[in-house]
Amino acid sequence: MVQIFVENKPYEVKPDQNLLDACLSLGFDLPYFCWHPALHSVGACRQCAVKQFRDENDTSGRIVMACMTPAANGVRISIDDREARAFRAGVIEWLMLNHPHDCPVCDEGGECHLQDMTVMTGHSRRRYRGAKRTFINQDLGPFVNHEMSRCIQCYRCVRFYGDYAGGGDLAAFSLRSQVYFGRHQSGVLESPFSGNLAEICPTGVFTDKSLKRHYARKWDLETAPSVCVHCALGCNTIPGARYGSLRRISNRFNGAVNGYFLCDRGRYGYEFVNSPRRLRQPLLRKGRSGPAAPVSATAALRRLREIISDSRVAGIGSPRASLEANFALRRLVGPAMFASGMSEGDWRLAQKTSRILKEGPARSVSLDEVRRADAVLVLGEDVTNFAPMLDLALRQSVRQMPVRETSGAIPPWDDKAMREAVQQRRGPLFIATPAPTSLDAIATTAWRAAPDEIARLGFMVASLLDKSAPAPAGLGSRERSIATAIAAALGEAERPLVIAGTGLGSEAVLEAAANVAWTLSAGGRTAGLCLTLPEANSMGAALMEGGPISRAVEAIESGSADTVVILENDLCRRAAPSLVENLFEKARHVIVIDSLINPTVARAGVALPAATFAESDGTFVSSEGRAQRYFKVMPPSGEVMESWRWLAAMGPAADAWRMVGEVAKDLENDLPVFSGISAAVYGAGFRISGQKIARQPRGYSGRTAMSADIGVAERQPPVDDDSPLSFSMEGFQGEPPPPLIPRYWAPGWNSVQALNKFQEEVGGPLRGGNPGRRLIEPAPGRPEQPPAPQPPFFNLPPAPFSPPAGRWLLAPLYHTFGSEELSILSPGIRQLAPAAYLALSQKDADDLGIGAGGIAELETATGFLRLPVRLAETLPSGVAGVPVCLEGLEGIVSPGEYVRIRAASRK
Amino acid sequence: MLSREEKEEIEAAAAAFPVRQSVAIDALRIVQRYRGWVPDEAIDDLGELLEMSTAELDGVASFYNLIFRRPVGRHVILACDSVSCWLLGSDGLMEYISGRLGIASGQTTADGRFTLLPSVCLGACDRAPVMMIDDDLHTNLDAEKVDRILERYE
Repeated sequence: MVQIFVENKPYEVKPDQNLLDACLSLGFDLPYFCWHPALHSVGACRQCAVKQFRDENDTSGRIVMACMTPAANGVRISIDDREARAFRAGVIEWLMLNHPHDCPVCDEGGECHLQDMTVMTGHSRRRYRGAKRTFINQDLGPFVNHEMSRCIQCYRCVRFYGDYAGGGDLAAFSLRSQVYFGRHQSGVLESPFSGNLAEICPTGVFTDKSLKRHYARKWDLETAPSVCVHCALGCNTIPGARYGSLRRISNRFNGAVNGYFLCDRGRYGYEFVNSPRRLRQPLLRKGRSGPAAPVSATAALRRLREIISDSRVAGIGSPRASLEANFALRRLVGPAMFASGMSEGDWRLAQKTSRILKEGPARSVSLDEVRRADAVLVLGEDVTNFAPMLDLALRQSVRQMPVRETSGAIPPWDDKAMREAVQQRRGPLFIATPAPTSLDAIATTAWRAAPDEIARLGFMVASLLDKSAPAPAGLGSRERSIATAIAAALGEAERPLVIAGTGLGSEAVLEAAANVAWTLSAGGRTAGLCLTLPEANSMGAALMEGGPISRAVEAIESGSADTVVILENDLCRRAAPSLVENLFEKARHVIVIDSLINPTVARAGVALPAATFAESDGTFVSSEGRAQRYFKVMPPSGEVMESWRWLAAMGPAADAWRMVGEVAKDLENDLPVFSGISAAVYGAGFRISGQKIARQPRGYSGRTAMSADIGVAERQPPVDDDSPLSFSMEGFQGEPPPPLIPRYWAPGWNSVQALNKFQEEVGGPLRGGNPGRRLIEPAPGRPEQPPAPQPPFFNLPPAPFSPPAGRWLLAPLYHTFGSEELSILSPGIRQLAPAAYLALSQKDADDLGIGAGGIAELETATGFLRLPVRLAETLPSGVAGVPVCLEGLEGIVSPGEYVRIRAASRK
Repeated sequence: MLSREEKEEIEAAAAAFPVRQSVAIDALRIVQRYRGWVPDEAIDDLGELLEMSTAELDGVASFYNLIFRRPVGRHVILACDSVSCWLLGSDGLMEYISGRLGIASGQTTADGRFTLLPSVCLGACDRAPVMMIDDDLHTNLDAEKVDRILERYE
């Protein structure tokens, strides 16, 4: 620690930071624009000026920029100095010269950093009477709105978009008062992180276009802490609702997970909650194939209890449903009759993933540890499309090594200087995938191969690092030299990381990744291992004892069950059509609980409307193994209920569970792997100063009028029995413990930058620690030999890839926008989702006699599927890429399958 | 499409730097020397050649006021309006040139002969007021001298 003096008072602060960092961390209000805790300092806006004094006898001092001045021991500054204040007032006045002062019609109004800083600086009277420069705005696609005339030239947008997130299509054009931030020409922003611009921009140049379509001010949004449902990384979010519809998602800081940012799928995927495809009322089918008619919840439950009491019930859970919902189903049907809801292949992969992380010595890393890794091997995963925030994290990890090498000369927070010094130098990042990825551009080596060959490369790396690990036979010399380079780079790193996952559907790749990470976890070093999974609660479903979907189908087929309850699971996306057919054919009753009308719901005998994440509480376990609780943002409306409540109401547990916390407690007792998930959150009885935490901000307007169409009496706010949050503006409005923070707001700080006030130090963890509880920690050694005769490593490298003649291995290709089940219902995401296609290498397409744009016929279980061909130059021969779950391709890909392909006959 | 000469010159310049992006400004000047200005498609082509995005390269191009992103006349007049020239009457001179050519600052004559641009300093304050036409510096200007000079540029 070093000592600095502010207004002649001594303060202890951390060394190696700048004065702006230090002052904000100490709680001083010092205005700024261009600085951002994740982007650091460039000294562009001149707003954070303070007076620095040589020593205690220096009374004149000099003006310095706090963000560009090291907080060295003995530094003396004044924020309150008259000249410093006048300087800052001057700066804001000239920054505001061209600002249109259009706050009433600006979406940023009420949560605008520029408003806050203007008020903070005291610039309340406009003297400038001249003309203002205006710009023509661009259409940047479905996510981000552009209003350039509001710009104050802080350069944060291009520093985030280009420098931090690696996007190439947003730049600063022209100069002087004409500086323009935008694209070269109108068009969709290419980066999957473009939505962060709305939070990065200190004013209303870039705003959330999805919010614009159903706009509400920040003070009119009901908010609660939540967790993203669109991949398995578990990014923390703050959804905002009004009038019973969800209006936007904004970032919720979790230093260990997403930090300051979200991907566009996570930010804009929420609109499925408002979708016309929502199931809003129970449906009851007359007979087996009669029409399904809407009924009341009471009538549905009466019928359900009849069915349940008179049947042997099997249950199919879901990797996108909460732990509590899955457990309620497991309780209802009994452990032996409970299936996890994953396909055969997904289940095997998920089991392997959780075992590798639980039983091996490598550490399941958080996203923050990915950002800090200094050498990375990616085996098989296209992380940008599968789990986008991993892409953003890897773009930071490649900077670790060069920044470390340079930081002796330049402080790491001096961003512009550091980037100048680092130039194009990057730390080691090796990528081995079948198809090109957008990270290839920053990779040391990007290598294209079939899944088995990728696994063989991994096995080779492991065997080079530790001779006792098995080496694959017959590896080519090019592969051998790549493996040698990878082994050397990982071996020398301080924090090596291996990334693999279930995206390719290959167990061999997972084993290879485990071997590499395990060999690196030796000599006091713990290597990082990041294994991605597809859905928000895939890890939770894997840790809960169950089985694949086929387990329930077999129970029905064998007659040990005659009725099946399907929880938040569209089987048609996961299981072979024949399996689903069998289930519906043989089961006496099919009961489906889901939030959206999908093909499975459409065939159900009884369909029950489930609450989405925004209307329910529950726990997801992220792919890291971090259990995180999400809370209702708005109460479920009408006949909609949380899945666990439907399940509790159906069975004998009806009396036992009244709130979600009780389900979680029972889960912990039944399955010790989940113990601690309740300790990480605050129970429904938790109060601060005797108050619940208010979901609605103090300024929430229209409460007495918003239900006037129903009755003039003001209605009682809905009661929330499940959590310490209230559906009201009454309640605690200050800073609650981290897992319960419903929004960032502090006196004088109305924008998202109020987050500074919730952190131990700016950029650091939330006061009270990062939310979530890790359920998986590395085993102290390699897996023990017994019980099964298990070697210290996976010891079966696959044989070289050689597809049978005339057949192609199906490689699943994920798309950020389009492959995920729920987000595709957001209009913006649907707009960006590609149409279905088949990817073939040039050679294979030539052999088949199909040109680019030609049509191929792909043999599937249900016949031939016609798909337009996309040529993928670097795709290995013998591998055909099929996009996952794009429209028309749901349930088509079963990874590892070999299929016949032929040129389509002309019709 | 970049011409063979343009490409060769750019590659020769790029050879001096470890990173191709370093040669961005030189490359823009090379194209401008051949074509008089830098059209949109040249930005696309150069971006590809230098491994830069179009946006990034156009950010560089549009920053410099001597990289022309719109067509200019055969001769570009840079009339200094900085302080020394201003003290010695650059205002009136600019007005005079404008009137004579029938164009405002920033415009090109209908016959494509001249483009008139202001410049903040040409580094010849001791001989103010000054202007540059193409690569020639003209000093100690007055109206009569301007008349004679303009005649020389066809």
